[in-house]
Amino acid sequence: MMEEKEFSSKAYLDMELLRFTTAGSVDDGKSTLIGRLLYDSKSIFEDQLEAVKKASIKKGNEAMDLSLLTDGLRAEREQGITIDVAYRYFATPKRKFIIADTPGHVQYTRNMVTGASTANAAIILIDARNGITEQSHRHTFIASLLQIPHIVVCVNKMDLVNYEEESYEKIKADFQAFAAKLAVKDVRFVPISALKGDNVVKKSTNMSWYEGGTLMYILENIHISSDHNHIDARFPVQYVIRPQRDEYHDFRGYAGRVAGGTFKVGDKVMVLPSGFTTTIKSIINHTKELEEAFPPMSVTITLEDDIDISRGDMIVKENNIPRIGQDIDIMMCWMSEKPMRLNGKYALKHTTADARCLIKDVKYKVDVNTLGKILDDKNIGLNEIARISLRTTKPLFYDSYRQNRKTGAVILIDEADNTTVGVGMII
Amino acid sequence: MKKYNLNHLRELEAESIYVLREVAAQFERPALLFSGGKDSIILVHLSVKAFWPAKIPFPLVHIDTGHNFEETIIFRDELCRKLGAQLIVGSVQESIDEGKVVEENGYNASRNLLQTTTLLDTIERHKFDVAIGGGRRDEEKARAKERFFSHRDEFGQWDPKNQRPELWNIFNGRKNMGEHFRVFPISNWTEMDVWQYIYMENIDIPSLYYTHERDVFLRDGVWLYDAPFMTKKPDEKVERIKVRCRTIGDISCTGLTISMADSLEDIIQEIAATRITERGGRADDMRSEAAMEDRKKEGYF
Repeated sequence: MMEEKEFSSKAYLDMELLRFTTAGSVDDGKSTLIGRLLYDSKSIFEDQLEAVKKASIKKGNEAMDLSLLTDGLRAEREQGITIDVAYRYFATPKRKFIIADTPGHVQYTRNMVTGASTANAAIILIDARNGITEQSHRHTFIASLLQIPHIVVCVNKMDLVNYEEESYEKIKADFQAFAAKLAVKDVRFVPISALKGDNVVKKSTNMSWYEGGTLMYILENIHISSDHNHIDARFPVQYVIRPQRDEYHDFRGYAGRVAGGTFKVGDKVMVLPSGFTTTIKSIINHTKELEEAFPPMSVTITLEDDIDISRGDMIVKENNIPRIGQDIDIMMCWMSEKPMRLNGKYALKHTTADARCLIKDVKYKVDVNTLGKILDDKNIGLNEIARISLRTTKPLFYDSYRQNRKTGAVILIDEADNTTVGVGMII
Repeated sequence: MKKYNLNHLRELEAESIYVLREVAAQFERPALLFSGGKDSIILVHLSVKAFWPAKIPFPLVHIDTGHNFEETIIFRDELCRKLGAQLIVGSVQESIDEGKVVEENGYNASRNLLQTTTLLDTIERHKFDVAIGGGRRDEEKARAKERFFSHRDEFGQWDPKNQRPELWNIFNGRKNMGEHFRVFPISNWTEMDVWQYIYMENIDIPSLYYTHERDVFLRDGVWLYDAPFMTKKPDEKVERIKVRCRTIGDISCTGLTISMADSLEDIIQEIAATRITERGGRADDMRSEAAMEDRKKEGYF
């Protein structure tokens, strides 16, 4: 506990950041689980607890309703639902965590997709009494679609099944059979009771048959440094820095965030779309000169040769260039109440590049509950997921989303009202 | 540190710098909202890093309630001078004089709420199409639902139920004429992250954050500075004690903490041991459960 021992800045600065998403409804005990993680890691402050207690009493609840901690908007509190993605923060001595807390109802697929887009890990909650439901299928499918690298299946409410191993093993087997159909890489299981605190932060004494770590142990120890693509060097140019100062008169730097691979001073690089090749002269971060840059660093690169480069261009390695093209297939989630227009034109954003696109075809729609393909319905509405063919106005430099979540993602924007209406993962 | 691994603060820094560069690339006339508090000081520091060796490509905008701590103003002017940054001041006093807002009366009178009008006027007058703010999602629960790129309509209003989905690191800053954006580059930072970063980067902060003697009085469990314009109740008596600011805002709503912390190390130890959130001392948030949400909808920071 922090108040008992001297807080160490050195340890704090060594921590890694893990982003995870929790999908589920109140019935699954999701709020209780988040409350438990925050409470047991001492991340809830007294005035927040006081406010929640007061609000719980006002609502007529006897027990403290920890979901009130995350329901930030008036409408959410009034209706007792979560409308939007809420971000929560906590830290243990090992890691800092960002929770993207998303509602689990079917109509909120778009929020789950949003929360999943930046997550390293997904927590999927399953009620031990009910086993795997359509909702579990949906959550797992979205986690796999968004390529969340790690999935932690929490079989919750073990206290209500007498902490029996059989219930847990059955759910585990069912889940594995289902997950085999999906592209999920790393799946772990943990039997918990969020309400009683079993195996959340503290090891349960009620389930001696379980030999794995607690949920917190898993979150603290998942290996995340390989979640980024460290092989295919990709540097989307974000902004060109040209100081209007005498001492930097000839300085021209290309600012951006490394989206894949590594870049070292002296590396031979190619610039897309021009195809010109040159050498990296320096990599700078403020006044520091770096030897190399890797994801997710934001740096400024200078080059040996004077080449015309602007935002939306991409610096890559000559022997490893991304795909380049205007005809692109994506798995798309539709985020707008206005239905998708087949053969309609939309603005498109991909890395730092802007283009427009035409929706040419709907190959199939996915039933998110059964994962079945629907071939004869080309109408795509809010929260629906479909495989779409696009034609872009100019070539994109891209990878498949499976290879790189940064260079494989696009968003579609309605040009009439500027809202983000579709999000896509390039196949 | 393991190879090809950033620690969490460097990762947050990289994210914030990315967001700041997106602002410069996607908008015509950005402005950085500077309050003199630690969060906006960090924003300035990150901006210097993001565009180095070029200067920060936007002015600093300070919405001055006229009820600022003197140290804040001195610090602000010195920082702008050092960076060669342009400073634009929007004055709440001017908005009052022009009759656009009416000053609150009574014991809990504050110019905090009045800032919204001055802020929106300043944005309109200078035709800013984006205002960069130091809001963090861990501060308050309405903020927890805020986007990095937050759209405001032609009245400067926020519609929390109709926010644009924000995925990966692709930010949609498209808008119609007259609309603007608020961008929050340090959304994912916590209070502790901010202090550790100030410590790690050796960033200058106003002396108000360190312990000092000050005339204060206690109201509803919060210590307030006895500035000349503060109206005290008969039973509120002034004491001179050692305090420091945990957040810096308008004097009328900035609660002071009794503290002996006179170094960054001490402050960090203090924050680590604290059981109350930093906004717990903010009178502006205590007005109602949805106080922040209501102010944000109207166009507050």
